[in-house]
Amino acid sequence: MFSYCSDPDTLATLRWLSCYLTTGVHFSFYYSFLKVIGILAVTAPVALAFGFGGAMAARSAIAPLSWFGKGYIAIVRGVPDIAFFLFFVIALDQGFEWLRHQALCPDWSDAIRQGNDFLVCPQAKLPLGTAPQAVHQAYAFGLAVITFALVFGAFAANVIFGAMRAVPRAQLETGEAYGMSPRQIFWRILVPQMWVFAVPGLSNLWQVLIKATPLLFLLGIEDVVYWARELGGTKTARFTAYPHGDWRMWYFLALLVFYLFMTWGSEKLLGRLMMRLTRGQATSGGEAQRKGAAA
Amino acid sequence: MKSVLFGTLAVAMAATFALADGHSVVRMGTEGAYPPYNFINDAGDVDGFEREVGDELCVRAELTCEWVKNDWDSIIPNLVSSNYDTIMAGMSITAERDEVIDFTQNYYPPTASAYVGAADGADWENGVVAAQTATIQAGHIAEGGATLVEFATPEETVAAVRNGEADAVFADRDYLAPLVEASGGDLTFIGPDVPLGGGVGMGLRESDTELKEKFDAAITSMKEDGTLNAMLVKWFGEDTAQY
Repeated sequence: MFSYCSDPDTLATLRWLSCYLTTGVHFSFYYSFLKVIGILAVTAPVALAFGFGGAMAARSAIAPLSWFGKGYIAIVRGVPDIAFFLFFVIALDQGFEWLRHQALCPDWSDAIRQGNDFLVCPQAKLPLGTAPQAVHQAYAFGLAVITFALVFGAFAANVIFGAMRAVPRAQLETGEAYGMSPRQIFWRILVPQMWVFAVPGLSNLWQVLIKATPLLFLLGIEDVVYWARELGGTKTARFTAYPHGDWRMWYFLALLVFYLFMTWGSEKLLGRLMMRLTRGQATSGGEAQRKGAAA
Repeated sequence: MKSVLFGTLAVAMAATFALADGHSVVRMGTEGAYPPYNFINDAGDVDGFEREVGDELCVRAELTCEWVKNDWDSIIPNLVSSNYDTIMAGMSITAERDEVIDFTQNYYPPTASAYVGAADGADWENGVVAAQTATIQAGHIAEGGATLVEFATPEETVAAVRNGEADAVFADRDYLAPLVEASGGDLTFIGPDVPLGGGVGMGLRESDTELKEKFDAAITSMKEDGTLNAMLVKWFGEDTAQY
């Protein structure tokens, strides 16, 4: 990157480092941090929506809907994440391609499954074989979001389901006494009050989600851990201008700082959110706030 | 969920219309962590012997190729589900793999695998030996008297010897040689070289016979006019086996 970088062997430590840390690969490494943060920012709300939907379905009065919600929670929570990421994603991808194949190539006569191979017509490929690598990456990103949301949504659904049952029955009865419909009671009394019970559990999930991102490499997304392992690995002088020994420790140390920073930041934000949510609630936290304000 | 799904589909559909009549691209899958076969260079691109051979093959077969990185663990599942079209990742031709995918003729002669230990007397016969998961080397150790420890990446297998977790590492000699050379005596070759597998070939889907024929023809032409030998010497040194 800098003009003096043409012959790194001759440089003093600091200048050597400044060259080393600005190579093309290192920019891919820095970019992967943004990628991870981006995927978290998209996945968290989607997973929360899945969780909310799952919890609503699970406590539904309509039996099949309730079975569906409870089944979703139980099955997804029981399947190991790595199995989900290795097999479910490939199945999902093939499912999309199969649907497109049915729609776009009705005249196709060859079998889609040939032994181990999965073959759809070229127009049904997702993304198309001719698409640039960026589209493939965006598609993998989308698959990752769906899979993460599905997995973490099931855990979130369980947390929210529990939180909804933790809201004191007396609160709901008061609503009934005022003549509110079940729908009004759900949206105006139950939902605003259940968050205070749900947030601690959801914050745990969020922390786990942050640390689950290395699974992304199974989908071909080069995340921070992949790059740390790749860049930190031993480099011999034959294949790079910057040979070094096993530096994975230093790279993983940088990741440690990154993850601790993420944890610290989210703890702060969630603490504030919790303060806001407890206000006026019939919980010990809400009671303490009320007394503190009165004093 | 819906918006994400439709967003993804919308991107894919848009790509369909934009590129429907474009020429076909052959996607070449590799690991990018096995120098000199394949690795990521300082600029962040795929580089190495296989990159050079692969690019030349694509020129000769008149194909447009694009390189894709994938984890070794899931490199075959992603090929058969058509996420890329070929594997060039130092993959030896074996009967087990041949049941799942197809191989071209080899573009690298049958490889010698070798043991590397931290000291001359390290016990490679009955000690603890490190190898990369799902490689012919791991299979070989599992059948022998030594205790096998498997690692996901080649880097970790060598690190296991350096930190004493394993007595020796068993891998392709060509991967180990630059590391031994650069280690300043910390690592040394021990035991005999073991010839394993049917050479390194390009992996393809079994149904992809047309592409396989094109690449086979291109490899033959590279073997005949000596370009492949020149590349072998460039990446593996004068002593390497040639065609």
